[in-house]
Amino acid sequence: MKKLNALAALVASTALAAPMAMAQDMADSLTLVSWGGAYQKSQKLAYADPYLADHPGLTVTWDESSAEAVAKLRAMNEAGNITWDLVDVVAADAIRLCDEGLAMEIDPDDDLLPGDDGTSAEDDFGDLLVSDCFIPQIVYSTTFGYRTDMVGDTPPTEVCAVFDMDTYPGKRALEKRPINNMEWALYCDGVAKDEIYDVLATEEGQEQALAKLDTIKDDVIWWSAGADTPQLLADGEVVMGSTYNGRLFSVIEEQDQPVGMLWDMQVFDLDGWIIPTGLDDDHLARVQDFVKFATDTQRLADQAKYISYGPARASSAPLVGTHAELGIEMAPHMPTDPENSKNTLLYNYEFWADYRDDIDAKFQSWLAK
Amino acid sequence: MSDATQEQTGPMVAADGTPLKKSLARSLRMQKMRALALIAPLLIFVLLTFLAPIFDMLFRSVENQIVSDTLPETVVVLADWDGSGTEAPGEDVFRALYFDLFLAAEAKEHTKLGTRLNYEQVGISSLFRTSGRRLDDVGEVWQDWLEDIDDQWGEGAFWFEMMSGGPADGDVLSSARTRLATLTGDSMRGDIGFEPSEAISTLLPRTAREYTAWAVFTAIEDEDVVAEEDPWEAVYAALAVDLATPGKADDIAAYSGPGAAQLQAVAAQLDSLPPVDIKGAFADIDEDWLAIDNWAAIQVYSPKYTSGYFLNAVDMQLGPDGAEARPENQQIYLMLFRRTLVMSLAITFSCIALGYPVAWLLANLPARKANLMMILVLLPFWTSLLVRTSAWKVMLQQQGVINDVLVWLGIVADDARLVMINNQFGTIVAMTHILLPFMILPLYSVMQTIPPSYLRAAKSLGATNWTAFWRVYFPQSVPGIGAGSILVFILAIGYYITPELVGGTTGTFISNRIAYHISSSLNWGLAAALGTILLGVVLLLYWVYDRIVGIDNVKLGG
Repeated sequence: MKKLNALAALVASTALAAPMAMAQDMADSLTLVSWGGAYQKSQKLAYADPYLADHPGLTVTWDESSAEAVAKLRAMNEAGNITWDLVDVVAADAIRLCDEGLAMEIDPDDDLLPGDDGTSAEDDFGDLLVSDCFIPQIVYSTTFGYRTDMVGDTPPTEVCAVFDMDTYPGKRALEKRPINNMEWALYCDGVAKDEIYDVLATEEGQEQALAKLDTIKDDVIWWSAGADTPQLLADGEVVMGSTYNGRLFSVIEEQDQPVGMLWDMQVFDLDGWIIPTGLDDDHLARVQDFVKFATDTQRLADQAKYISYGPARASSAPLVGTHAELGIEMAPHMPTDPENSKNTLLYNYEFWADYRDDIDAKFQSWLAK
Repeated sequence: MSDATQEQTGPMVAADGTPLKKSLARSLRMQKMRALALIAPLLIFVLLTFLAPIFDMLFRSVENQIVSDTLPETVVVLADWDGSGTEAPGEDVFRALYFDLFLAAEAKEHTKLGTRLNYEQVGISSLFRTSGRRLDDVGEVWQDWLEDIDDQWGEGAFWFEMMSGGPADGDVLSSARTRLATLTGDSMRGDIGFEPSEAISTLLPRTAREYTAWAVFTAIEDEDVVAEEDPWEAVYAALAVDLATPGKADDIAAYSGPGAAQLQAVAAQLDSLPPVDIKGAFADIDEDWLAIDNWAAIQVYSPKYTSGYFLNAVDMQLGPDGAEARPENQQIYLMLFRRTLVMSLAITFSCIALGYPVAWLLANLPARKANLMMILVLLPFWTSLLVRTSAWKVMLQQQGVINDVLVWLGIVADDARLVMINNQFGTIVAMTHILLPFMILPLYSVMQTIPPSYLRAAKSLGATNWTAFWRVYFPQSVPGIGAGSILVFILAIGYYITPELVGGTTGTFISNRIAYHISSSLNWGLAAALGTILLGVVLLLYWVYDRIVGIDNVKLGG
């Protein structure tokens, strides 16, 4: 660091001085990476703002790069210049980053606070600690929404309505990747829920899923951004479509569109923090302090005031209250609500970590035909 | 007289006495150097920031060192295995794998290799990840056995004393450093406070190798003191492997260095040594370790450089018997390359068709009107690409503006609205709109230089309007078409945001797959191979263009 200082003094008269000088007071700054939009706003209101109130000298910078976090972190790591302190990623990406050695391993009981009810962090998060590097924040689900005015008198109650072109004619929106679609296709082709991944691991199973998807292929609009389906639903372009439950919540409750939720066979997934490897000590200390605060029982429960995603701690669930602006009870809009989670599927991380590239190749080849 | 002649035929001499030729060459060289020094900053800048990263990225398309760096011993032993047979490799390969993988797991490098090999063979990723966690259990059998014989075997201090002492074996230490440096990418230099003794490395070669690797790792990566730490399980496994070597008991009896008594006590109980069956241990961890396909993938991808990525990029794959076609249900890239080229050409031609009249108007209207039109051309140019693409979505979708108007006019029935987006048509329309300025601007600047008097002269000589245009005006505007076409075509070939948003399934480009491999699958090798091919195709087309049209005929301006 002394060398750096000397160097900074040397080049003080040049434009290089600015980044150099900034490098010294980094401990007073925190760069958080998230998804932007309503989700990032909920994190800012629930975690960052209260933390800032306690730590006035701190500056928090948000970077909306979570969608390409894996590639960017790898590039930063290769360049030897990590500029992010804490990164919000989905669990599958956390596993990938952990495998690549780009995310730091954490010890839940050391790095996270115990629950308000006294349970240790490890038990409080429970099964949601799907990777050694992953600090869960929320449970979200990918599920279907439908146009209430385009389904006649019999609104769909189960996911296989997506494949039922006779009862529900019209376009559907599905994500342009195999994950989730293959599972739904097999499920609606008569495969028992607990056998889906065994079947999908076989060549025949993959063919079977694609054959089922073939029956609706001509009527599918494939989306790649989370905002696509809500917009397609609002425009009446599709009769039903899959997306994240929080997006549907905002279409239904905040924008008052004639859209209904189809919770059947929603696929649970997780989103949370990872700490990049290679942070310097003062930075790491700041991040660890922030993470402890931001993932405590109350903060996770607070986030549900702003967005309809379920808190990852078991101890947070009873504290979920009403929406900050709409004033409606949030619990019934949580994917984890007993009423909504009668029939669900948990994203199989291990399976997709292995099969993602292989099945994706087949899926894209099928799509292009 | 003869003196004077001699002077004339001899070399011409400059004022300072050096031959003129030499002096001239020197001053020319000086000038060249000065010129080079002047452009040096820019040259170095371009080389460092532009060319070097590109070549680094392209290099990844053949680079495959991760396999031999992570499993150095395994790939050597595995080379003798018959990959096309039906037998999984033998115990020797599994032993090499155990020690390689153990070290890699401690350095947290094994999952990287798992990810890399998973691109070629499904399932290796989780195989490596779960096995890495359970490798500790393998060595514990022998650790427990040794500690049952004598508690000292569980003590780091005893191990340290046994392994050091006496003349040192520098080779073992330096090869351990190299092994770890290759694995982790760190330099691994520096004092570690330990040197393996020659006597012990002759007696127990495997143990010395693994203990030294552990010592280097402990001292440099963990920054602990070697003498105070207990060795990891792989060292116990290594000792078991050494002990199981036939005739080892006699060697131990003859040994008199540090730890001789303890070693001899162990040698006396060799009958009760738990069997050294590392292959069986791996099979217990996961029976996929016995799968031929997994081993074939490791063997095929053992070399430091591979053609595998390039083969993948053209819908082939590297099998045990060399290159072979991919299963038909996985073929996609050749089709995407073809589609990208055909659609880029279509976009280029529609840009010419739409841009030419606009450029002509721009060049021939009075200045006031031309300026206004120029602003209209430039305005969308300054608008965000995403905004323009999204606007086309609103226009073209089935419940969109155009369909609504057509239905209202009664041209199209309400239940048979046209599908104009999420297909090739949508992509061509949106991209033509986005790339149009790149065609109009070079065309305009070339057309401005064509004197209107030529057309008038042609007409006064009896040409019809068409002949005057086609024979006189058009040939002079060809350089503009050339420049515009190259710009539009090369930009179109690399587009991915617009095709991603409006292309649906039939309108996506090869760049969409490149983007996927860069940002989602992290298969940068394949992305680099696809990119290299794309670059090659563009250069090839450029060369063809140069041969047919001539690159001198391209003008970006007057």
